[in-house]
Amino acid sequence: MLSAMKYASPTTVAEAVDLLGSEPDARVYAGATDLIPQIRAGRPEPNVMVDLKRIERLCAISSSGSTYTVGAATPTADICAHDGLAAAFPGLVEASGLIGSDQIQSRSSWGGNLANASPAADTPPSLIVNDARAVIAGPGGERTVAAADVATGPGTTSLGPGELIVEFELDEPPARTADAYLRLIPRTEMDIAVVGVAARVTLDGDGKVAAAAIALGAVAPTVVRVPDAEAALIGNEPAGDALAAVEAAASAATNPIDDKRGTVAYRRQVAGVLARRAVSIAAERARERGGQS
Amino acid sequence: MTVTEPKPRYKYVGTRPVRHDGLEKVTGRARFAADLNLPGQLHGIVVRSPHAHARITSIDTSEAEAMPGVKAVITSEDFPAVAPGHRQYDMCVNVIARDKVFYEGHALAAVAASTRDQAQAAAAAVKVEYEVLPAVLTIDQALAPDAPVLHAHMMTAGANPPAEEASNISNITRFSSGTDMDAGFAEADLVMEREFTTRPVHQGYIEPHACVADTGQDGHTTIWCSSQGHFNVRSSTATLLGWENTRIRVIPAEIGGGFGGKTTIYLEPLAVALSAKAGRPVKMVMTRDEVFRATGPAPGTKLRIKLGAQSDGNLVAGDAYLIYTNGAYAGPGGLLGAMTVFESYNIPHFDIEALDVVINTARSAAYRAPAAPLTAYAMETLLDEVAEELGIDAMELRLKNAVTEGEPSTMGFPFARIGFVECLEAVRDHPHFSAPLGPNQGRGLAAGYWFNIGESSSATVNLNEDGTATVVTGSPDIGGSRASMALMAAEELGIDPMDIRPVVGDTEAVGFTDITEGSRATFATGMAVVEACRKMVVELRGRAAKMMGVDVDDVDWVDGQAVYTGSDSDKDPLSVADICAKAKRTGGPLTATGSLEAHGAGPGFAVHLCDVEVDPETGVVRVVRYTASQDAGTAIHPSYVEGQIQGGVAQGVGWALNEEYIYDSDGVMENPSFLDYRVPVASDLPMIDAIIVEVPNPAHPYGVRGVGETGIVPPIPAVANAIYDATGCRIRDLPMSPIRVLEAITANGGSNGS
Repeated sequence: MLSAMKYASPTTVAEAVDLLGSEPDARVYAGATDLIPQIRAGRPEPNVMVDLKRIERLCAISSSGSTYTVGAATPTADICAHDGLAAAFPGLVEASGLIGSDQIQSRSSWGGNLANASPAADTPPSLIVNDARAVIAGPGGERTVAAADVATGPGTTSLGPGELIVEFELDEPPARTADAYLRLIPRTEMDIAVVGVAARVTLDGDGKVAAAAIALGAVAPTVVRVPDAEAALIGNEPAGDALAAVEAAASAATNPIDDKRGTVAYRRQVAGVLARRAVSIAAERARERGGQS
Repeated sequence: MTVTEPKPRYKYVGTRPVRHDGLEKVTGRARFAADLNLPGQLHGIVVRSPHAHARITSIDTSEAEAMPGVKAVITSEDFPAVAPGHRQYDMCVNVIARDKVFYEGHALAAVAASTRDQAQAAAAAVKVEYEVLPAVLTIDQALAPDAPVLHAHMMTAGANPPAEEASNISNITRFSSGTDMDAGFAEADLVMEREFTTRPVHQGYIEPHACVADTGQDGHTTIWCSSQGHFNVRSSTATLLGWENTRIRVIPAEIGGGFGGKTTIYLEPLAVALSAKAGRPVKMVMTRDEVFRATGPAPGTKLRIKLGAQSDGNLVAGDAYLIYTNGAYAGPGGLLGAMTVFESYNIPHFDIEALDVVINTARSAAYRAPAAPLTAYAMETLLDEVAEELGIDAMELRLKNAVTEGEPSTMGFPFARIGFVECLEAVRDHPHFSAPLGPNQGRGLAAGYWFNIGESSSATVNLNEDGTATVVTGSPDIGGSRASMALMAAEELGIDPMDIRPVVGDTEAVGFTDITEGSRATFATGMAVVEACRKMVVELRGRAAKMMGVDVDDVDWVDGQAVYTGSDSDKDPLSVADICAKAKRTGGPLTATGSLEAHGAGPGFAVHLCDVEVDPETGVVRVVRYTASQDAGTAIHPSYVEGQIQGGVAQGVGWALNEEYIYDSDGVMENPSFLDYRVPVASDLPMIDAIIVEVPNPAHPYGVRGVGETGIVPPIPAVANAIYDATGCRIRDLPMSPIRVLEAITANGGSNGS
């Protein structure tokens, strides 16, 4: 294992795309926190490991006007330490801080977390409720898609041959808007989500929900949005019956499996509970932010 | 916090010096088995069965032998034949299968090649043909009337009448008061009976099994390995190979956790055989996956206990039916369960029957107080139910029935001085016992017992020219025993413990010593050290008398000095250093040995108090406060006694909440990694408050009782009782994972019990 592989460390996106084009079995990686364990577990070895961390654009966090741009290979430790991101997207940053351990945090990235396409990944639900866009480079140039459209199933993505995620774009949230992320793991850390829920809520001046987004992880082949829960919130205060409706709709939106990490019944029930709690936390944060905006 | 009986004052025993091996370990310099590399060494890989139960119809190694870098391939054909009835048959055929494989991961061949990759590729090229047999995966399946019988030779031992046909029951154990049980239960005002199920768990040591073997053309071999007993590695390896012990030297590497799981062997005979065949050193290191699939689970169980109590809380009758599965071979789980289930309490009428059952999972190995945590789970949660039903405080019920000195155990012997009541009182008097609980929190109390063992130990004390000392023992240090040896030797010799180097000697450097197991190292090997030191003191007095020119009877050993007590009062005392400096002129090197079969291991008792907080909507349980008392007899090094208590709690909490082997329907383990086999991480546990109770063991010169195991006995029932207090739900099926807790809460109407 890990014996006959070549290592490449391009410094530009174009170079990386060229490598992917010329070496059909090449694999790009940022932290390789998924790729190396997969190879050790017996997945076929790539013939070239393409390290993306030398490409400046892939490890940069910037903001211009009302848009943040975050390189796809940026370590989540850097994301968690970024005051602007933490203020604008507290749930997304919390999700980023839950991946693995401190050591893993220095290597794990949004790009890897999304492109690995594990249904249980922590950051995709939060990227999705924040309407993140993924900028994708490939042989045909660059294109921008919704983060929600990248993963298509467990381990599969819409990325074409020779394509890689370069960066994410996130618009500064409107006033009285905040997100939250909750996950259920049997331990307190170093674990994989049995259920993960991201919620984003925008309140109007009266404290009623003007916009909402709820996304569930680990309960279906891909992240699931819960439009029924979102609809139940709009125009209502995020409390009482509206939250009960969120819980019921989130449970109903799940399509989970029985496996060693959880049962169908458990995932369904807990998805509802966490959705209700995540909406409450997001709404509370949105309320606090209202005065500041 | 320490609860102390009046005891002799010691100068060094009971102090807390930094352990002699500490700096090496925290700086990463300590050498574990996998750290060793020899020139020219090959890498060995084991070929393992993908089937839980199958007959091996053929093994073709020709393709593997022809692959690049491959120097040797072995199968059971490379070892002397063994047949049922051989005294270590199970161990032998577990290390390398003959004819049949009995679990997924069962070793059946091994390959040595120049690189690990080459060895892995060759191992994959060994062609094995199987006749797959139906797998027996649960106790119920094993006991079903039409169950496939794993071992055609397995006639149940202890069966009455004697077994006439082979079955999956290896052993039946029966202990009884010999009284009329019906009459006993008739004396009771309350009779309660409960059933429990538990699943196999792993010891979870961080260091995978590893060894390097170097076999010379003279037919002698040297093995470096991580184990809890290198003399056992020697004898077991010799048995498999059909060699004399003298052909095998075993050098103990540092050990990265064992907890009982390294009291047996897996790799060493394979490495020796590969090394002999290839004429090169061979290194073998298991992956985590192999560790989970092929080593050490503690038994799974089905337990049923019936208790009869009078309205004042007096226990009058106890009936236990215990079934343990030891994996694919006979094992002692049921026997040990029977020996522990009622041992803590005075129950005049008792009847205990225990079955040991084989199934197609990895062969069980010892795990810290083997079997006792599970009987405690059943007994201590049932006791809580009895207390509640009778309206008696759970602590009072235990105090009322607790065994004390002179009372008979269920094993028939009278207890010597023991500290169970003192452990109960220490917890009752701790602030935790009456502290308020928050919302969704509950508190659980549970006690635990472990008998501890003695066995054989040897020690050599060598005084050096400068007056320092080397203490060599044969006990691998798995929990701070080197520090204990140095402290006891320091006390005896009167020299500073840091001037003593405690060493774990290899099989050619020290006398025979049994495995570090049964919490015996500080007790039994400590006795050997004390014996050697006392012989040394006799010798030192003689040497001092020569130097002083006086009669030895007029020389006493006081505070590390030879003191003249005769009428001529102008002799200066002589220190160890003074005597060592003149050793050449007074008789030569100063060496003494102690070797003994230790008797009188004092039973250990522990009492734990656990607070949990349960999320009623997700079933997640967090342990928020934990207090544990334990009778150490005398704590030689209190920090490592506390460490043992805390470690036992951590493992017990993991066992209670999340740890379990998960198999698919074919018997293939689904969670062979620390990601999905969930031992607790540091943030899962609060600081564990360890209370050392000291009720000295009369059989040990310093009053030592073993402390390594008892601490894992009470946590499962303590957590279970706390969950009940928080939720009103009794969970009688381990682990008490979020899924099971939420199911129980939901079944209970979602109500919150307290």
